[in-house]
Amino acid sequence: MGLFVAQILTGLANAAALFLVASGLSLIFGVTRIVNFAHGSLYMLGAYFGITLMNTLPGAFGFWSAILLSGLIIGLIGVIIEICVLRPVYRAPELFQLVATFGVILVIQDLALMIWGAEDRLGPRAPGLKSVVRIMGEPVPQYDLALIAITPFILLGLWWLITKTRIGILVRAATQDREMVGALGVNQSWLFTGVFFLGSALAGLGGAIQLPKGGADLLMDLNIISSVFVVVVIGGMGSIPGAFVASVLISVLNVFGVAYLPQSTLVLMYVVMAVVLLLRPYGLFGREEKAGEHGQAGEPDRPIRPAGLYGRIAVAALLAVLALIPVFSGSFTQVLLTDIIIFCLFAASLQFMLSTGGLVSFGHAAYFGGGAYAAALLVSYSDTPMEIAFMFAPLAAGLLAILFGWFCIRLSGVYFAMLTLAFSQLIWSAAFQWYEVTGGDDGLVNIWPAKWLSGTNAYYYFTLIVGVGGIILLRHLTHAPIGYALRGTRDSARQAEATGINVKLIQWTAFSIAGALAGLAGGLFVFSKGSIFPNELEIAKSFDALIVVFLGGVKTLSGGVVGAGFMEVAKDWLTRLEYWRLILGLVIIGVVIIAPDGIVGTLRKVSERIGLRRTEEFMK
Amino acid sequence: MSLKTLIAASAALLAATCSSFAADSIKIGEINHYKRLAAFAEPYKKGIELAQKEINDAGGVLDRPLEFIFRDDNGKPGDAVKIAEELMTREGAVMLTGSILSNVGLAIASLAGEKGYIYLAAEPLADALVWESGNPYTFRLRTSTYVQAALLAEEAAKTDAIRYATIAPNYAYGTAAVAAFKENLKKLKPEVEFVSEQWPALFKIDAGSEVQAIEAAKPDAIYNVTFGPDLQKFVREGSLRGLFDDRKVYGLLTGEPEYLDPLGDEAPEGWFVTGYPWYGFTEGPAKDFVDAYMAAYPDETPKIGSLVGYMTVKSIAAALKKAGSTETPALLAAFEDLKVDTPMGEIVYRGIDNQSTMGAYVGTTALKDGKGVMVDWSYKDPVPYMPSDEEIKAKRPAE
Amino acid sequence: MNAVLKVSGLNRFFGGIQAVKDVTFEVAPGELKALIGPNGAGKSTCFNMLMGQLPPSSGKVFLNGEEITGKPPRDIWRRGVGRTFQITGTYQSMTVAENVQMALMSHHRRIFAIRPYAYKLYREEAMALLEIVGMADQADRACAILAYGDLKRLELAIALANEPTLLLMDEPTAGMAPKERIRLMQLTADIVRERGVSVLFTEHDMDVVFAHAHHIMVLNRGELIAEGTATEVRNNKKVQEVYLGGGMLFNKEDTHA
Repeated sequence: MGLFVAQILTGLANAAALFLVASGLSLIFGVTRIVNFAHGSLYMLGAYFGITLMNTLPGAFGFWSAILLSGLIIGLIGVIIEICVLRPVYRAPELFQLVATFGVILVIQDLALMIWGAEDRLGPRAPGLKSVVRIMGEPVPQYDLALIAITPFILLGLWWLITKTRIGILVRAATQDREMVGALGVNQSWLFTGVFFLGSALAGLGGAIQLPKGGADLLMDLNIISSVFVVVVIGGMGSIPGAFVASVLISVLNVFGVAYLPQSTLVLMYVVMAVVLLLRPYGLFGREEKAGEHGQAGEPDRPIRPAGLYGRIAVAALLAVLALIPVFSGSFTQVLLTDIIIFCLFAASLQFMLSTGGLVSFGHAAYFGGGAYAAALLVSYSDTPMEIAFMFAPLAAGLLAILFGWFCIRLSGVYFAMLTLAFSQLIWSAAFQWYEVTGGDDGLVNIWPAKWLSGTNAYYYFTLIVGVGGIILLRHLTHAPIGYALRGTRDSARQAEATGINVKLIQWTAFSIAGALAGLAGGLFVFSKGSIFPNELEIAKSFDALIVVFLGGVKTLSGGVVGAGFMEVAKDWLTRLEYWRLILGLVIIGVVIIAPDGIVGTLRKVSERIGLRRTEEFMK
Repeated sequence: MSLKTLIAASAALLAATCSSFAADSIKIGEINHYKRLAAFAEPYKKGIELAQKEINDAGGVLDRPLEFIFRDDNGKPGDAVKIAEELMTREGAVMLTGSILSNVGLAIASLAGEKGYIYLAAEPLADALVWESGNPYTFRLRTSTYVQAALLAEEAAKTDAIRYATIAPNYAYGTAAVAAFKENLKKLKPEVEFVSEQWPALFKIDAGSEVQAIEAAKPDAIYNVTFGPDLQKFVREGSLRGLFDDRKVYGLLTGEPEYLDPLGDEAPEGWFVTGYPWYGFTEGPAKDFVDAYMAAYPDETPKIGSLVGYMTVKSIAAALKKAGSTETPALLAAFEDLKVDTPMGEIVYRGIDNQSTMGAYVGTTALKDGKGVMVDWSYKDPVPYMPSDEEIKAKRPAE
Repeated sequence: MNAVLKVSGLNRFFGGIQAVKDVTFEVAPGELKALIGPNGAGKSTCFNMLMGQLPPSSGKVFLNGEEITGKPPRDIWRRGVGRTFQITGTYQSMTVAENVQMALMSHHRRIFAIRPYAYKLYREEAMALLEIVGMADQADRACAILAYGDLKRLELAIALANEPTLLLMDEPTAGMAPKERIRLMQLTADIVRERGVSVLFTEHDMDVVFAHAHHIMVLNRGELIAEGTATEVRNNKKVQEVYLGGGMLFNKEDTHA
């Protein structure tokens, strides 16, 4: 009994920091609809500032003021980010801002390394709260009790702020209907800035308040972000009480997971998330999303036409150049191009569902990695010839997408995105933890192509044909009736249903096609690298694809491919430099600000404006 | 002039330019996670640069300077493979080294085996590199996880502890480290039981719950494999809640300065650990290295990574010297039973599994001047602790 | 003569509020029937239940004698019901012609076709339909840049794509200029005459209704209060109360309460 109580207390104490960070993210999302990837970075900065301040300010007063000051500083940093990086792109398509926040993550990672150095920092202990209290015979750290006591006050404070003050009423109104707030004559941009301050400050507080239980290190930004997403989704996007309940739920569950299912702790969180989303699609306390918030805000897409003669000639010329590469260039160029083509296919497969279908997936890596693993497992365990194993990759990924898609398409908007994320994390944790089969983190190695494909040249041509073939297939499908139907379901699901189109079936089909093509890319990947590891299934991999689609232009057909090419080449060049993350981050932020319609979309607009390109016939 | 001749001519020109550059120095491709795992990669890089400077100041190898090309893979195996190709085919590297993460090491090793590049895996801990996934082109410097676990098991077997709890990060290295400890301890003392096995997610430990779960199992002794931020949190919660009182703790790598230093005055006392007690050397090559390192980097103290980086360069230089050439077949032959003089004494790259005989320091942790140190330490030669040649042969794929 | 559409005892509650009360009526073949009523009378709710966008709380809907209550809109459409909406829901990212082609592809069950280019399929048929509504000259413009009245006409063309026996038109002339309204209703009346389609429509503009509808039903607070020809409805006391003395009626109720 004593142990049980002690475990509950541990869970409650752990919930404190998680709640602070998650409530900040939830607030920001609720009001601004920005999915702030950089929220974990703010948490990390909170921890580093906290340590620096605690080491400067003496005593208990210094300790607690350091925590508050960290919150304040991080809030101000949040304001700087909001004004400099996000404000210029509010008019861009929804979710475009997440590309900018991704750039911010990179910048902050390198800045933190420059300022605080590489060594992990141990957090100072709270003065006067350094020992334990015995509760029913079990030791409970005093600081844990302090955290348990503080959290409800923060919750109450936020609750008071949101329900009892004018600012709070505006925030709540904005969460439900942004246009209305604008109509009320409130300066929306300052409301956004204010909310960003509050949300960031909460993340900073979270980072500082956890110091006595841990410390600061350069990996904590990405380590917390997935848990925070889970909490926000389970609680309901935009709900503060939801964030609180979900933090406690996840933390307490984790304590018991550690005690009774020690090897399954990774999976547990995502299983809970998937179950909650399936039973309560909008989280425990969330509200149903309004229509038109599915990444399709802003001006509507333009009508599309298959490339004309000039377009086809240009593509043919490009392909001819690519085909001749092995003749006049070294083998590394082919290796690099192989990587680029694979990534382009992966991005194109996401773009098919995301742009054409308005289905924003946060978990597309599941099908890329899933296909790669499927092929690798066949090779490892049954010595299947490479040709057959390779064909199994898109097949397996497609089947996986059919299975997961069936659940996911029941939801829409950001909840759809979160369920795809939950499923991809399930696949990731399976690959990571099912050590006997997948090799866990040590992955599957020596998965090389068949003899006739093993040379760099041969595999390059193979990738060129299959990869470009896949991209062209996707593009053709976009122009085919199925692609049009998909676009129809995105533009107006009601109209589609009223004209005999089964919207969910179309979306499910698109989801499966996108999954299968991602699996094809995964198949190409695994045989080009000779190995596969769980990191190809990580959230980061899904976000890579998402980011290049937005970067290239979500309202274009070739955005994904162009964005992927741009990103791979930029990375290849920049990683040679010392502070490449900083530079890459700034490049991404720069592109986002200069080209809010994405690279392709902005090029199209600019060339129309300066008369290089005629405005399309149907826009007259 | 036809197109064909034009292309051929430019290709020849390109090749000529490339090779003329290569004539200057011997290039070694070094791939690592300089950003992703900066805390480990930076001291390692400094060790490399120290050795490189020493060698080049002394006239280089084969009368040519040694040049390391450092490239960041961001901790991604796929990127590392791409960079490895670039280093070998475009930059003119004669061989590859690098990686701290096991998975990246395994990915490069697989590429090395397929393409016939020589790869010296300096830091990665996965024993699969030289055993299950071993290949003739991959060599490993660092003491194997198996041996380090066996060293701790040997010490553990001497006590009367029967009930053991283990805690290890939930990924391949953690799993292997626990398996090796169990195997060796059971061999020495069949009556031991493992009453609790904890598997926190790497760098996401929930230390309070882990400590409670271990405490609930009432073990006599604990085997710890956590490191980095996880170790900090585990030690803090464990000390606070009295988990380590009257219990023997065996810590894999815990004594390495990378992990012990950040703990400051909270470093645990009385743990039996593997590590690197650089502050304890009084003479000999070990001390010489420490002095040279601190002279080169006055604000730094050496880490185990510094030593591994330094020994990596020494190993490569020795191989080049023995081969008398930078060609792969000659280098490959040279690595066979290659002997290298290092700060740890002479090590040998064993022909049987391409594993070096770099040993490990074991000792007990203590606090000195508000910092954690290893006392009563000794250096252990790994050879007696390795699996038998037959076992290794059975593990390694046929060549 | 068999009714094309038969509705009996339709009810719909939203929480505790009853939006539609026991609505029963029929639409005969070739009939142009209007459903009118003040704002919030429940017209759109009624429509949404006929077409399957909203399940009724109780009651039944029959199409050509077959029960279609609670079936999804796409099934009802396949049985020959076309629909236009109060607020247009055309595909913004497609051209005018493509919007019609989309409905035609669905009608001919070619949605899952992979090989053909969609923009080439059923182009002629689509042009013919656009011709009917007078939109042929705008066929290749993007929907996103159309005037609202043009979108309404486009919707009508789309609704005709599956050769419907019944058209449900929810406020077909809302948001249009008076002249355009008359043109559109004339067009609808012509279609009814030439193709033998039945039309049920809701409307705000009484001129439009009285000029074209064969029969008129009046809905108030979810209840049908009158049904008949234009003259009958015009002379109905209750209707006069609702439309002419609307304010008074509300005030009366308020004093009762």
